[in-house]
Amino acid sequence: MNTAIEQANPQNWYLLLSTVLFSIGVMGVLMRRNALIILMCVELMLNSVNLLLVSFSAYAGNTDGQVFVFFIMVVAAAEVAVGLALLVSIYRNIGTTDIDVLSKLKW
Amino acid sequence: MDNFLALTNLIQPASLLALFPLLGFFVTALFGKSLKHAAGWIASGMILISFSISLYLFLNLPGEASLNFNLFDWIKWGSVNLSFGILIDHLSLIMLLVVTGIGFLIHIYSIGYMHHDEGFTRFFSYLNLFIFFMLVLVMANSYLVMFIGWEGVGLCSYLLIGFWFKNDAYNDAAKKAFIMNRIGDLGFLMGMFLMLFHFGGLDYTTVNTAAQALPMGNELIVSITLFLFIGAMGKSAQLPLYTWLPDAMAGPTPVSALIHAATMVTAGIYMIARSNILYAMAPFTMEVVMWVGVATSIFAAIIGMKQNDIKKVLAYSTVSQLGLMFAALGMGAFASGMFHVVTHAFFKALLFLGAGSVIHAMGGAQDIRQMGGLAKYIKITWFTFLIATLAISGIFPFAGFFSKDEILAVAFASHKEVWILLSVSSMITAFYMFRLFFLTFNTSFRGTEEQKHHLHESPITMTLPLSILAVFAALAGFWGMPAVFGQTHFFATYLAPVFEGSKQYLGEAHEASHDTEWMLMGIATVAAIISIAVAYALYISKKWLPETDEETTGLAKWVANKFYIDELYDAIIVKPLLVISDIFFVLIDKLILDLIVMATAWIVGFTGRTIRLVQTGNAGFYIFAMVIGMMVLMFFQLVY
Amino acid sequence: MLSLTLLSIPLAASLLLLFTRGGLSRNLALVFTLVQLGVTAYAYTVFNAAGAAPFDFLRNWSAKPFLNVHFSMDGISMLMIILSNLLLPLIVLSGYNRNIERPHIFYSLMLFMQFALNGVFIAFDGFIYYIFWELALIPIYFISFNWGGENRAQVTLKFFIYTLAGSLLMLFGFLFLYNGSPAHSLDWMSLKSNPSCSCNQSWLFWLFFIAFAIKIPIVPFHTWQPDTYKAAPTQGTMLLSGIMLKMGTYSLIRWLIPIVPAGFAEWQPLVISISVAGIVYASIIAIMQRDLKRLFAYSSIAHVGLISAGIFAMNLSGMQGSLVQMFSHGINVVGLFLCADIIFNRTQNPNVEGIGGIRLVAPQFATWFMVVVLASVALPLTNGFVGEFMLLFGVYQYNTWLSFFAGLTVILGAVYMLRMYQKVVLGKPMMENMVFPDLYWNEKLVLITIAVLIFVLGVYPSPIIELTEPVLKTLTK
Repeated sequence: MNTAIEQANPQNWYLLLSTVLFSIGVMGVLMRRNALIILMCVELMLNSVNLLLVSFSAYAGNTDGQVFVFFIMVVAAAEVAVGLALLVSIYRNIGTTDIDVLSKLKW
Repeated sequence: MDNFLALTNLIQPASLLALFPLLGFFVTALFGKSLKHAAGWIASGMILISFSISLYLFLNLPGEASLNFNLFDWIKWGSVNLSFGILIDHLSLIMLLVVTGIGFLIHIYSIGYMHHDEGFTRFFSYLNLFIFFMLVLVMANSYLVMFIGWEGVGLCSYLLIGFWFKNDAYNDAAKKAFIMNRIGDLGFLMGMFLMLFHFGGLDYTTVNTAAQALPMGNELIVSITLFLFIGAMGKSAQLPLYTWLPDAMAGPTPVSALIHAATMVTAGIYMIARSNILYAMAPFTMEVVMWVGVATSIFAAIIGMKQNDIKKVLAYSTVSQLGLMFAALGMGAFASGMFHVVTHAFFKALLFLGAGSVIHAMGGAQDIRQMGGLAKYIKITWFTFLIATLAISGIFPFAGFFSKDEILAVAFASHKEVWILLSVSSMITAFYMFRLFFLTFNTSFRGTEEQKHHLHESPITMTLPLSILAVFAALAGFWGMPAVFGQTHFFATYLAPVFEGSKQYLGEAHEASHDTEWMLMGIATVAAIISIAVAYALYISKKWLPETDEETTGLAKWVANKFYIDELYDAIIVKPLLVISDIFFVLIDKLILDLIVMATAWIVGFTGRTIRLVQTGNAGFYIFAMVIGMMVLMFFQLVY
Repeated sequence: MLSLTLLSIPLAASLLLLFTRGGLSRNLALVFTLVQLGVTAYAYTVFNAAGAAPFDFLRNWSAKPFLNVHFSMDGISMLMIILSNLLLPLIVLSGYNRNIERPHIFYSLMLFMQFALNGVFIAFDGFIYYIFWELALIPIYFISFNWGGENRAQVTLKFFIYTLAGSLLMLFGFLFLYNGSPAHSLDWMSLKSNPSCSCNQSWLFWLFFIAFAIKIPIVPFHTWQPDTYKAAPTQGTMLLSGIMLKMGTYSLIRWLIPIVPAGFAEWQPLVISISVAGIVYASIIAIMQRDLKRLFAYSSIAHVGLISAGIFAMNLSGMQGSLVQMFSHGINVVGLFLCADIIFNRTQNPNVEGIGGIRLVAPQFATWFMVVVLASVALPLTNGFVGEFMLLFGVYQYNTWLSFFAGLTVILGAVYMLRMYQKVVLGKPMMENMVFPDLYWNEKLVLITIAVLIFVLGVYPSPIIELTEPVLKTLTK
């Protein structure tokens, strides 16, 4: 008994998975207050997109998507490095990474 | 051919004529400090050279020819070419001789008069500059070049009225003169634009030729002449722009003599005489000129009766005499008007210089109520002043008699009502001039002891010009002997070629019969003598004295205060202008215009201030907003 | 290639000056501006002999969007180049005895300004022109901001944003023209030969006109100007009034008329009336101004109002007069502001009514000041008269009544200038212990040069007219 999804395209499983991952990331970013976890959720979102790109790349039979994945990974790595450095610095100065407390940049 | 040669030979001296005073100006202005009193002699020398050249031109200009040439192109664009050119004809020669001749005498006089003044060299540099501009005005061959001189003499008048610049009242007078003249100058400019636009040029030849192609009384010519006449009203102090001239007496007395009596103020008359063809073609303008002249003549004469400042009396008499000249021009008697310009230049310069000598003797006082009995202290001044007073009153055989009589005769022949008014004005003139004369020189001295002690005759540099001018004031009239004396009218004959072109438009000149003319002369003389007798009776026999300012009441007070015309102008023009200026600045500029600009800036700022409240600083909220935004965008993507 | 020389000297000098210090900076600045003046003189002879060819410089910058670097020269450009390069040495020299902090930056900015101004006047591609137009704003902003007087931060910001906003409109205009023109080019020749459809021109006109009107400034876009003139340091004011506002009037002739001729014709009656009203309005305001620099600012508004009226009269007399007057006004206004600076520098008193009596202590200054005042009230034989006569005649040819109202400047100019002169220079000193040394050598040199220019151009204006007449004839046809 094949579901409609299976019948249509095996690609759909990847789509579904990355959507779920992406949603988890989004929800994490929205719900959590700890900046470190938010950062991790952002990574999750990026990686869900990576997954999608790789799957489409395989589906389409060229390497364009994979090239993009490398770009994203490099950028993500850089971003994590900078982001974590910022967080460490913030934690040292203020003693917390709760984003509700970190609201100095207003108005 | 001979004429041509003779004319080419004159080009060089004519071009150099005006440059000598200019050179004098530069020398005295730049090296004044080291020259000291030599500056006066250098300046006078320059004018003497110009006078000699004028005389040379006068003697050598062949027959009825005129010399007209361009020196260089001044402003030239498109099809317009405005050159810097010179015209020497009989009219300009007469003016040249008057300007340089009287100018020279007044320079000499000033050496004595200004001897102790700290601005001695500055004074002479201004005087030389004035003569330069006056010569440019007179020798111009186009309206534009005339305008150079026209404004230039205005500038010199400004500089010289405000010569003693520490006194703010004098500065006010100077400024007033310049601005009033500028009002006239705008009229002159508009006249020039009309000519340039419709005739394609501004030199007299082009204008006259083009104008003569038009029908007489043409609207265009009427407007041109009216505009030019506005210029003349400013420069020659006619109603309603005359108020600057009495104030201009703030300048040193030689300046009053040279600029505000003999030469500059007659520029308006010269200009109209120069444009005689245009004016003759515009009967309406002629009518206006005549009536303005008549009105000014009477009006100023009435004010003159109640003035107590020796120079103010002379100033109003100048305004009045200028009115007389304009009346003559308005009746088409250009030559008579010019004749009066010349005789007036002599006797009025003499009167002013005499007044200067009196002021010099009085140690600066100018109020005739403090004078009296000066005849025995300053004999030469007294005698020359007497000649000039007789001349201006029109007593035979002094210069004023002939020129004034000529104008009256013309008036009698063409406009009887004008004749009556002008005769009245002449009577008043004779009265107040002798009032001035008696109060100054007769009866006994009314000043302080100190002043009495100080009384002395002026130095030779001052009395010599007085004596020379006195000779001319006495005899100049014989150049214009009327036909009844069986002589040719030298002056009119000499000027005839200049006014040839306008004759056809003026119609038949009304030749008065000899009997009428005798009668007119008789009436004029009797009237003058009556006036003098009245003045004698009042101020010598009865020893009347003009009352002090406080005692003056009623009509007399109005007259003494010049009918409050100055105050009127102040109230309806000057003050409102200043108020409008403030209103414009505070209300429109600052409040409305700037407010619009600042309001725009404020709106931007306000929007910014409001919208920035969205920046709560809560990162969670930002992310939430971002996600919502993305979803909205995706939704739209899906729907549309 | 001469165009590049004209541009590179001030630019190089500007960079070089950053590495100098103190007195050396101003000396070098003077030397470079004089060199530039010499090059300009040479360029003038070349232009007279060989026309525009030696100045033409055309290189493609980018293929898409299609942009060219195009410099060229015609009589009008030449005149403006002469004006700016003639005035700069005078402006530099006039500040010689002033104590200017960080002179190397100050003079560097000035030379950078010269670079930008030269660029504006020889740019023949809309895009390059726009770049130089904006470039000129930067140095003057910093000059006013750093070396200005009271209230400078607010005033300079207002000036900067106001003019920038105007320029933005012009940028929109250029973008529209770029997209709208079939050639997709902003080159002056192509804009001129393919004017946009007259349906668009009627609003395109306003985009350009407002940009220029703010810079000139024409009433009612002038409110930034008096404050800025007052707040800026005198050298900055001279740059602004002597040269920079000529950018606006120049651009009216160079850009507005050729590229939106139909819009120009459509709005001509309105704009010429505004200009004339502005003359009377600014003249009247000037009468009661108590602040000397502000008074000159309003007088300047009146003068440029007449210039723009002459341009909008759209006939040879008006155009020619406007060019003569642009040149003369540049010279005279520098003289006026120098005199204002001399007075303020010595008395520290900006109030016209509180000074007086300067003539007693400084007769030389009083004399040269008088000369400049006379030129600015347009006395015949001074340069002011030639321009004013032609302008008024140009306006007259357009409309008699307008010329009468414009002619009121003859009277009102005399009123406010003579009032000012009397209060400031004549009379008795109002200030106690006024120390007023007569002119220093550099001031005297500048004022005498200005006076000589005033009289030379007043008696012999033909070089200016001959230089520009051929171009104008093609424009007014």
